[in-house]
Amino acid sequence: MKKTYKIDVDCANCANLMENAARKTEGVQNATVNFMTQKMIVEFTEGQEPAGVMANVVRACKKVEPDCEIFL
Amino acid sequence: MQESIVNGLLVVVALLAVVLQIIGTKPSANMTRKQKTMLWRILAATLLLLVLQVLDASAFAVFGVAGRWIRLAIFLVDYLVIGYDILRKAYKGIRNGQVFDENFLMAVATLGALALAIYENGDYLEAIAVMLFYQIGEWFQSYAVGKSRRNISELMDIRPDYANVEQDGALEQVDPDEVAIGTVIVVQPGEKVPIDGVVVDGDSTLNTAALTGESLPRDVHTGDEIISGCINMTGLLHIRTTKEFGESTVSKILDLVENASSRKSKSEDFISRFARIYTPAVCYAALALAVLPPLVQMFALGMDAAWETWIYRALTFLVISCPCALVISIPLSFFAGIGGASNAGILVKGSNYLEILSQTKVVVFDKTGTLTQGVFEVNGIHHNEIEDERLVEYAALAESASSHPISKSLRKAYGKEIDRSRVSDIQEISGNGVIAKVDGMEVAAGNDKLMARLGIQAIPCHSVGTIIHMAVDGKYAGHIVISDVIKPNSRQAVRSLKAAGVRKTVMLTGDAKKVADQVAETLGIDEVYSQLLPADKVAKVEELLNAKTSEKARLAFVGDGINDAPVLRRADIGIAMGAMGSDAAIEAADVVLMDDDPLKIAKAIKISRKCLNIVYQNIVVAIAIKLLCLVLVALGFASMWLAVFADVGVMILAVLNAIRALFVKNL
Repeated sequence: MKKTYKIDVDCANCANLMENAARKTEGVQNATVNFMTQKMIVEFTEGQEPAGVMANVVRACKKVEPDCEIFL
Repeated sequence: MQESIVNGLLVVVALLAVVLQIIGTKPSANMTRKQKTMLWRILAATLLLLVLQVLDASAFAVFGVAGRWIRLAIFLVDYLVIGYDILRKAYKGIRNGQVFDENFLMAVATLGALALAIYENGDYLEAIAVMLFYQIGEWFQSYAVGKSRRNISELMDIRPDYANVEQDGALEQVDPDEVAIGTVIVVQPGEKVPIDGVVVDGDSTLNTAALTGESLPRDVHTGDEIISGCINMTGLLHIRTTKEFGESTVSKILDLVENASSRKSKSEDFISRFARIYTPAVCYAALALAVLPPLVQMFALGMDAAWETWIYRALTFLVISCPCALVISIPLSFFAGIGGASNAGILVKGSNYLEILSQTKVVVFDKTGTLTQGVFEVNGIHHNEIEDERLVEYAALAESASSHPISKSLRKAYGKEIDRSRVSDIQEISGNGVIAKVDGMEVAAGNDKLMARLGIQAIPCHSVGTIIHMAVDGKYAGHIVISDVIKPNSRQAVRSLKAAGVRKTVMLTGDAKKVADQVAETLGIDEVYSQLLPADKVAKVEELLNAKTSEKARLAFVGDGINDAPVLRRADIGIAMGAMGSDAAIEAADVVLMDDDPLKIAKAIKISRKCLNIVYQNIVVAIAIKLLCLVLVALGFASMWLAVFADVGVMILAVLNAIRALFVKNL
């Protein structure tokens, strides 16, 4: 399953860091952060509950980029 | 002298901060809260720095021995005001194992400079100024990028906000997502058509510029199909929706455009890989610069180690080395390029495709629907005894029962309602034509085989196309030529492709050799392959792909999307025509031309070239300036002041250059 989230991030490099952090989160098949449109597209692994996975994604992203915001 | 320059600079910064703060109060400036806070911090730090500049060290002498430390404390407060977030981020980075980022570079450089200044009891100003100007640069970058990001997004935004549904005689605005198929929606003049549908009532003119880049308005009348995303200009329209909002053209295009910059190009990948290697490399180089030369001087040359000088140079080295200019400007260039292209009616599905497009050297066309209209029309009437109109009228009447494309074109050429009662005894002879009684006369319409069968001497035609010989009452009455019409811009398109540096143009078609050769000659196409089945087209494209001289000479295939899908996928880059509403085209192609105009192919290539040029300019100039400064610093020719200006200046230049990719009107 694929879902798109609106995000708020200031710099392109931070967006790359968020992308990497999201990809490494368990339950995420693939993640793309689009800095220009301020969107995060997350592809979940089969059978995962997006809400639970996203909480971890947010935590992982906050860790690498404290200023970022993900609107769930 | 230097002091007055520095003071002047600080005054300018303070004034600028005040002016920007005033501009920021206007909602149109779109300044975020974060940016406003940062402006206050810049202003506060600058003013405090100015006060400290006016009261130089001697002013603190009144406090005696403590004076030096009081002065230092005030400087430290100033430093924290402007740079606390950088320190915090650097600390977090270290804790998370991501040591080497620009925050770390700045934190180490400024803290190091402060420590040196304390040790030497000297000038604290430099460390704080470096942080201040770095933050100003960051602020400017964040503002410029944010603003251009919004501008480009707005340019591409064709999202309708609402749909009008008539309820109990009153119009109600509802979310387009909630409108069911078959609902009648009302579009007033000046509003966007929110959902695809059919006009049930009303006539109007539509502005399709947002979809196609075409400024010529289109007329619609009752019964016409209408696609979402157009702007209704003149009359009130009632539209019965035929699709859900999510399936409508406008949603499809939005989806495509929004995901476009998620597909990353090689240049973008290169930059993120570069940044990953570059920052640590610079840090180690700085460490080496701080340690090795003094040791060499001390032990090998027996001179004074001069630790302070080398540490200062190493710190300056760190300030210059920020990779921000590259990291921000490359994706911004691609985004601007894609935005500019979509404004011209060219949808590019990703920055990687923009990159491939710029390397296109071979363009392969499909004929029907791409270079020609794909609509068969009566193109000539020869050797006729009776008037042209009469001949077409008889042909149309005789063929009135057939649903063959040819008879459709005849009926279209006739243009009037067919009166079936005038026709009787219709006799279709498969593979030959028709014989029918029209107004009591025997009319035969068909190919030369039909004429031979009837024993009538037909005059052969030199024109290319489908020839319909006509005989009335057993006598030859002339023939009608029906052929596909070449698009008005096709010739110009092939020529401008050549001008844009495309080496070879190839045409593939399932049509007869004679037709294909004639079209190719008219248009000036280099190679023609005719009488191909769809599978043959794939094979031909593969052959052409294998014949390429180098990896950098890419092959583009241009087709009209529906039956060309396999070829579109096989080519290096697939360009689809006639995309308005055709799902197959949008899905299979990498680039979609919204208005069927073959001239746009050359334009797309030019846009991609411009964008890629800007990307390369930014990469080369930014890296070159940085390397130059690094060398200057290592040799001791540059101070930290120069370092921060080089860093901020390169970044601003790169961002401004990137925005240039948006302007594609005159290409």
